Amino acid sequence: MSAAVKIEHLSYIYSEGMPDASVALDDVSFEIEEGQFIGVIGSTGCGKSTLISHFNGINRPTKGHVCIDGEDIWANPKDIRRFRFKVGLVFQYPEYQLFEETVYKDIAFGPANMGLDEQEIDRRVRRAAEFCGITQRVLDASPFELSGGQKRRVAIAGVLAMEPKILVLDEPAAGLDPEGRDTILGQIKTWHKETGTTTILVSHSMEDIAKYADKVLVLNAGHIAMYDETAKVFARAPELLALGLSVPEVTKVFLRLREMGLDIPADVYTIPYAVKTVLAAKATREGGSAC
Amino acid sequence: MLRDITIGQHFPGNSPVHTMDPRVKILLTIAYIVMLFIGSNPLGLAISTVFLALLYGISKIPLKLIARSIKPILPIIAFTAVLNLFLLSGSGEPLFQWWIFRIYPESIEYTIIMAVRIICLIAGTSLLTYTTSPIVLTDAIERLLYPLSRLHLPVHELAMMMTIALRFIPTLIEETEKIMNAQKARGAQLDSGTLKQRVQALIPVLIPLFISAFRRADELAMAMECRCYHGGEGRTRLKQLRLRASDVVYGLICAVVFVLIGLSNLWFPSI
Repeated sequence: MSAAVKIEHLSYIYSEGMPDASVALDDVSFEIEEGQFIGVIGSTGCGKSTLISHFNGINRPTKGHVCIDGEDIWANPKDIRRFRFKVGLVFQYPEYQLFEETVYKDIAFGPANMGLDEQEIDRRVRRAAEFCGITQRVLDASPFELSGGQKRRVAIAGVLAMEPKILVLDEPAAGLDPEGRDTILGQIKTWHKETGTTTILVSHSMEDIAKYADKVLVLNAGHIAMYDETAKVFARAPELLALGLSVPEVTKVFLRLREMGLDIPADVYTIPYAVKTVLAAKATREGGSAC
Repeated sequence: MLRDITIGQHFPGNSPVHTMDPRVKILLTIAYIVMLFIGSNPLGLAISTVFLALLYGISKIPLKLIARSIKPILPIIAFTAVLNLFLLSGSGEPLFQWWIFRIYPESIEYTIIMAVRIICLIAGTSLLTYTTSPIVLTDAIERLLYPLSRLHLPVHELAMMMTIALRFIPTLIEETEKIMNAQKARGAQLDSGTLKQRVQALIPVLIPLFISAFRRADELAMAMECRCYHGGEGRTRLKQLRLRASDVVYGLICAVVFVLIGLSNLWFPSI
């Protein structure tokens, strides 16, 4: 079976041929398998946003190919909308894209563009709204009356309602309070689990990536620095720090403990796993002292 | 697509054209435009074109940029050219005749002169905006219009409005691109579909754009008030514009060229 997303030798140059041309992506190749939850990290300006807007053909590669479900999306440029519905993209600060009179209509904008019938649109809007915790009262309100966090949820619901096979989110939790953050990311994870949607999450928060992603893609200056399972990536903490990135706080603690001579694994990146390793270490120590 | 709009786009450099006093530059540009119409004969336009090409050469602005500023007005040039070509009648025999269309030698000449004049006009004014940053430009306009404040014209306020408008053009263009991308991601047909579909697809772009423009205006007003902005009265400037010797010399050179363009009328009657 072909990969959900396959990027082949992708290069992208901004304002090519002009004096201010700059290379945003340089010969990037990788694959994402169906149903995975991928985290994308990298310092500001490393090309994360440029990369993800290639997935649904917002950016057209200067060189290379983007294949979704084994099809080159630029094989027939007139057909690009089909891939825009297959790959749902939530941009940074998506609340600025709201425009309709009511929240309901705004969420329905994507499905309506797909040419679905009324009933199907209604079903999808209600499903997406329920997932994002949008109540009937909010559905009837104007999107401009809502709070920042609510607007964000509406915007995300607007993309979820298209029920894309691949969901790409560019910092969906940026600028939200900790509770709003956890709620939104939790809802995305639930959606991922229930629908099996391939999900790509761009984030600056290592904690969030550690909590949700199966695999992590690390970008640095338009190149792929690492692409591996979450545990393996966070085990390479010194390299990540050298790239101007960070590791989850709990990983930092464990690395420091290792430096102090404790025999614990280097790939601890979530609290539950940390608790398990600490308990295991304690058990062996007690077992040892009993001898 | 939107990045091609070059009005008010500054191309930084260090040439004499760039460093010239902006007030002198504005006056010279106005004089140049006037001369384009006064010296509207083959010789006068030839001098104007060569002079402008020379200035572009000195300021080291790439040809591509000039082409980009002329591209949007090509339809207008083509439209006027066609009208001139077929609607003007000459005195002699027509060169070409078909149905109701007649082309005379005079109309060909006039068409070419008209086209060159429009191109020079756009390229000439673009030179001003390429070599002068918008902020400096409005500063100079404020200075030039200062005498009018005696007549209770709000010169400072007008200049501030222009500065703010110019300052926000790139921001709003960027914002428009972002919103367009977001709507495209939801299947809005902005880059494909029939003309009618595309016009309808603009609504989801324009509404968020207006809302964000109003929001920005509110924020800016608040920020200005926080810094005690109270209009032009008693306001001092960080950068004072001062006329230097070089400005006078370059200004005089341009003036000589303009006089030459004007004199060309003596040999060729202006059309």
